[in-house]
Amino acid sequence: MEKENLTFKKGIKDGLPIGLGYFPVAFAFGVKASLLSVPVLISVLISMTNVTSAGQLAGLNVIATLGSFLEIIILQLVINLRYGLMSITLSQKVDGSFNLRNRLLCSAFITDEIFAVASSKKSLINNKYFYGLALLPYIGWALGTVVGALAGNILPADVSACLNIALYAMFIAIIIPPSMENKGVLITILFSTAVSCALYYIPLFSFLSEGFKIIISAILSACVIAFIFPVKQENDEGESV
Amino acid sequence: MNPILKMILLTLTMALITYLIRAIPITFLRRKIKSEYINSVLFYIPYAVLSAMTFPYIFYSTGNFYTALCGTVVAFIASLTKRSLVIVAILACVAVFVLGLII
Repeated sequence: MEKENLTFKKGIKDGLPIGLGYFPVAFAFGVKASLLSVPVLISVLISMTNVTSAGQLAGLNVIATLGSFLEIIILQLVINLRYGLMSITLSQKVDGSFNLRNRLLCSAFITDEIFAVASSKKSLINNKYFYGLALLPYIGWALGTVVGALAGNILPADVSACLNIALYAMFIAIIIPPSMENKGVLITILFSTAVSCALYYIPLFSFLSEGFKIIISAILSACVIAFIFPVKQENDEGESV
Repeated sequence: MNPILKMILLTLTMALITYLIRAIPITFLRRKIKSEYINSVLFYIPYAVLSAMTFPYIFYSTGNFYTALCGTVVAFIASLTKRSLVIVAILACVAVFVLGLII
């Protein structure tokens, strides 16, 4: 297949807006981590080894409270399952330059936004383009975390309190637009929200940790709604997120 | 266990799991999954996860229920008009901050 002009430089260019977008989100993550008394170096280690907003946010609570390994494993499996889907899609999208070593390395950088850009290319993508694309988002994510974690200790309380809502607001921005076009998505959101609130507010379930409440809500909703509203095969899985 | 050591081990465990989820399919899987049910579950999982992570926790994210509610409503409205993720996040933060100054 033709290489087009998918060079390393083109990748950098495509990655710039993603990197700029990641900075404030990572900043908010860093602030939250410092409010939970997680040391700066640990926050940075989390961001540099995980590169995932939702997974890190959920994992952060387990880390800050020194929770169980089993909980963090199941939590990440469920929350980050979508990366597995993206990885499947990308496996059909990469050209011969992706040998085993490149596949093992590039997969560390599969995020929602990098996936969205890479998979939207008309031709197959080569490894140079992919690494260019991933570079600035990775730097933005790590740098934002450092600055946020350092600033979290000196920011006035009301400023850091309002930053705490940033990641949640971003999640709303991810789920609402597709829910307007897809009934199954809308019902999944309503169902999962209802289950999550029930587990949160009904005292009977207070023995469950926050992570397990999220896991139960998510798996139950997806399994039930998938049964009632099966997705036709021509829909490309998970592309919209 | 030393708390810092445990934090590091939890972080690395989290990283390893996240990495394996990303690496295994692209490295080993070349065929498409055929089951419509499994594909549907996989399609809905991200929305289910993000909803469960957001609600009701967003209401307690700012330390004040009313500023958080205001931020949530602003995020909703901004999302309905399909603003970018960063814009939605910033608008919600500003709404929380401004209401926090007033009340």
